[in-house]
Amino acid sequence: MIEIENVRKSFGQLEVLKGINLTVQKGEVLTIIGGSGSGKSTLLTCINGLETIDAGRIVVDGTDVHAKATDLNKLRRKLGIVFQQFNAFPHLTVLENVMLAPVKVLGQSKAEAEAMAVKQLTHVGLGDKLKVYPSRMSGGQQQRMAIARALAMSPAYMLFDEVTSALDPQLVGEVLDTLRMLASEGMTMICVTHEMKFAREVSDRVAFFHKGVMAEIAPPEELFGAPKNPELQTFLAATH
Amino acid sequence: MFDTALTLADLGFLAQGALMTLAVTAVSVIAGTLLGVIFGVLRNQLGTYWSLPITFLLDIFRSVPLLIQLVLGNAAQSILKLGWAPFTTSCVVLSLYTAAYCTEIVRGGISAVPTTTRRAARSLGMTWWQDMRYIVAPLATRVSLPAWIGLTLGVMKDSALVLWLGLIELLRASQILVTRLQEPLFILLICGAIYFIISFPIARLGGYLERRWSND
Repeated sequence: MIEIENVRKSFGQLEVLKGINLTVQKGEVLTIIGGSGSGKSTLLTCINGLETIDAGRIVVDGTDVHAKATDLNKLRRKLGIVFQQFNAFPHLTVLENVMLAPVKVLGQSKAEAEAMAVKQLTHVGLGDKLKVYPSRMSGGQQQRMAIARALAMSPAYMLFDEVTSALDPQLVGEVLDTLRMLASEGMTMICVTHEMKFAREVSDRVAFFHKGVMAEIAPPEELFGAPKNPELQTFLAATH
Repeated sequence: MFDTALTLADLGFLAQGALMTLAVTAVSVIAGTLLGVIFGVLRNQLGTYWSLPITFLLDIFRSVPLLIQLVLGNAAQSILKLGWAPFTTSCVVLSLYTAAYCTEIVRGGISAVPTTTRRAARSLGMTWWQDMRYIVAPLATRVSLPAWIGLTLGVMKDSALVLWLGLIELLRASQILVTRLQEPLFILLICGAIYFIISFPIARLGGYLERRWSND
């Protein structure tokens, strides 16, 4: 379970998270929607401990992410994150990209890590690209590789930060299909997205962020069908 | 008909000089690169403000002509009664000179690795050291290699200045032969050819590695 309690975060004078309270249960798929600068991506990087927070706390399975005593490297093993930019390691083949962290971080044997990497890459439809370098692949393929790389660590939670935003429109579908597949398999996911149709389809709950505040949270049919918050109404009208 | 007083023994003398050039270059480039990597990483980690003392020190080594550094370095070791041989003094000064340039090359290489790529590595649970070792080092090396090859070739040629400390390296050996045999053009031609023979493999190695990495 991920518990977010009154989290505040500022970059200089700009407060990007203004007291967020949110709990994500095991097996839940939560999507976060909202305009640019609403704080959604920042929240994800705070959950992962890549960003510090100024107030409040984030607890993952009982561990306070930002407590001094917390071993962040260890905690991150259970919190997979995939970013908008694919962030492939360009000097490694697809297989090596996925094997690196299991071998170096989890201490798996090469054979063990390779078996897992092949399994995850096949799972996301890249079973025939094992020896290819990322630069030879499309954006959609690179993003699916990034998903497989995170999955190879067997995380308990997956965080997706606008994973389709940097893709050409025709490549968005293949990545969303991968996310749908993960959701149907029961993976706990927090997805920051601009894909409203996707959010409506896969989410258990959808949260709308506006200017650093979680303005509304509800099951998709309720949030999209009968939005209460005026900013959400404007936002949905603009995105349809 | 071409005629020369140059003997096989003289060629051997030149070869000895070339070996000295190679030895001074190898020691200086290895030590300078190690120091350059340490200072480059430090500069990157500490940020502009905290790395000011390192930057200032290295700027001195980059700004003052090498010849002056060698002469002052030799005087300093003498005043401090360190008792260093000319070879040691030459290597120490040239290493610091190399380190000053290498630091900037390393810093630039590390800066060229996208922050987002490093974030991705850390988000997979990698430690700072693992990120540096498995992601930053290989990528920064690829970016830095051409500049580092240029630096190495430059240091090898600049190493000729150690003749001022009395070391008989390739250029000094050639000068001695020129004075004795009075055949400056022929001897300098041979000297230049030897410099080329030493430099060529280093330059080619750079080209080879760049081609090998171009698949990535």
